[in-house]
Amino acid sequence: MSALSLLPARRPVPGVFVALTLTLAIGWLVVLLDGGQLFNQSTTVSLLHVAAGLGLVAVGQTLVILGGSLDLSVAYVISLSTLVAAETMNGSDGAVLPAIGLVLVVSAGVGLLNGILVTRFRVNAFIATLGVGLLLKGYLDNGYDGPAGTTAPALVQALGYQRVGPVPVSFLLLVAVTAAAWFALSRTRFGHHLVAVGGDPEVARLSGVRNDRVLVTAHVLCSMCAGLAGIYLASRLGSGAPRVGTEGLYDLESIAAVVIGGTALAGGRGGVVGTVGGVLLLASIDAIFNQLEVDAFFKQVIRGVIIIAAVAVYARRAMRKAA
Amino acid sequence: MQTVQPRSLPLRLPRVRPGGVLPILAILAVLVVLVGIRQPDFLAPPSLMSFLGRSAPIILLAAGQYFVIVSGEFDLSVGSLVTAQVVVAARLIDSDPARTWPVVLLLLAFGALVGLVNGLVTTRLRVPSFITTLGMFLILVGAVYLWSDGAPKGGLSEEFRRFGRRAFEDVPLLGRVPYALVVLVVLAVAAVLLMRSDFGRTLVAVGDNPRTAELSGVRVWRTRTFAFILSGLAAAVAAILLGGYSGVSFQAGNGLEFGAITAVVLGGVALGGGRGAVVGAMLGALTLELLFALMNFYGVSGALRSTVQGAIILLAVAVSATRSSSR
Repeated sequence: MSALSLLPARRPVPGVFVALTLTLAIGWLVVLLDGGQLFNQSTTVSLLHVAAGLGLVAVGQTLVILGGSLDLSVAYVISLSTLVAAETMNGSDGAVLPAIGLVLVVSAGVGLLNGILVTRFRVNAFIATLGVGLLLKGYLDNGYDGPAGTTAPALVQALGYQRVGPVPVSFLLLVAVTAAAWFALSRTRFGHHLVAVGGDPEVARLSGVRNDRVLVTAHVLCSMCAGLAGIYLASRLGSGAPRVGTEGLYDLESIAAVVIGGTALAGGRGGVVGTVGGVLLLASIDAIFNQLEVDAFFKQVIRGVIIIAAVAVYARRAMRKAA
Repeated sequence: MQTVQPRSLPLRLPRVRPGGVLPILAILAVLVVLVGIRQPDFLAPPSLMSFLGRSAPIILLAAGQYFVIVSGEFDLSVGSLVTAQVVVAARLIDSDPARTWPVVLLLLAFGALVGLVNGLVTTRLRVPSFITTLGMFLILVGAVYLWSDGAPKGGLSEEFRRFGRRAFEDVPLLGRVPYALVVLVVLAVAAVLLMRSDFGRTLVAVGDNPRTAELSGVRVWRTRTFAFILSGLAAAVAAILLGGYSGVSFQAGNGLEFGAITAVVLGGVALGGGRGAVVGAMLGALTLELLFALMNFYGVSGALRSTVQGAIILLAVAVSATRSSSR
């Protein structure tokens, strides 16, 4: 605690915000030349909606990646959460709170399983969370062919479509979750310990950090964030969707957003603010492509290239710093 | 003198070490017995031969994945590569038998090229391999849909399909031997020989400790890139066999990367590299296929496949992790 808390947790503004500004400026210009308008009400709202869903997952993903771990099961946790939420509510407004509670409990359970596999059984995080993801996939494939359950109308109204000016309530939820995560990382013992574990597990252990407990907590929080994203998606779609997580590529995209936001994949460096920048960048690219009516498949190709390129740029910078 | 040595052999207990093929052989034997009890016909030559032929693609993919994993990386692009290959083959051949061989060569080159790109991006640009290959996954799936406007076009020639479909008829004792099985046996022998060569040893050394390998004069990046190329080539061959067997669809390669990784892990190969045998990886794939066949005989829903796969991955890795840490 002592030596770690002396180090300021603040870092210079990550380069991702420069990239975001540039992307928006260029995108605005290109869309304008194409005869469209990037910043009108409807595109801004839909951009923020995309960012809210991905952002909730990515903030949780930041926590585990900071700790030197990884979570590939988030996509399935999201799908499962939409179903748990929608089936528990079954269209009744009275069941909203129990449903949200149940989703959080279920997702926390998945996170606990991930965390225990990674720490107690020392399974490589990549494989552990992939394996848990496959377990959930089998459950979903076996039990569901299509949408199931009905989200309570009140929640659809409040979380799915309500907005304050151009800002959807769901985006405000993302802001709140991000603020909480930022506070936990920079102002609490858990946060400092997590960064220490990600930086060098052995040193952290010798300094008296309980590595296992810290990592398990991070995994539980990450899954709960994915659970929140599931609740949001259920309120957007009006029902539970067994494939929404995988079709939205939330596993890969959340990791990409974290890395684009300047968090080191090996752990120990980075933060949630950069991640939100990464999420906004991915959402902006999406919005620009939509405005230009780019082919959906072409969009996917470009995304793959952008993700690899972004990681390569950061890897290059880290190499130069190390030299 | 010479007669003494073999006599002492049976007395020695086989050493079970992490990365050995004994555990997977034991599991395979248990499964064979279970299948034999439930469905004795299955073990008769005709159905056994066709089962082995059907399993050839996933066994080859497991071998390809093994090269990458033992060198310390992952290849998650193989499933999408198989899909891309099948769709590309159908469109280029367009049911014209004369184009079969050029397209087969082109597919092999395409597989090698994708592997080369994966390898170079991972080793030279230092992008973690699972990001590289997942990115490649997105690119390949997107590109293949884009190129074919969302629906597969053209068709495979009968010439092309025979690799996955036809068989040598009337072979003594065995009856019908699928071409796919012959291809599998030849390539499996080649893989084993490759792992016994200098290259194989270097590959394992690189996965075990890249730093030491580098200091001993190995060009780590070149070795790993070559492993990715082998995985791409394995995907190309698997695509040719699969396309022949089950035809053209965008789902041709779905989930194969996870199947291959499960098989490799099940075969006792350590993730992170440096330990395990290519035979183990291939036996792992065979075991997995046999397990699915067994599930089928017991009427278990096919949708539960991924659950079984997930449970196997977790069990295999947890067992090997606790065993190696308790040593």
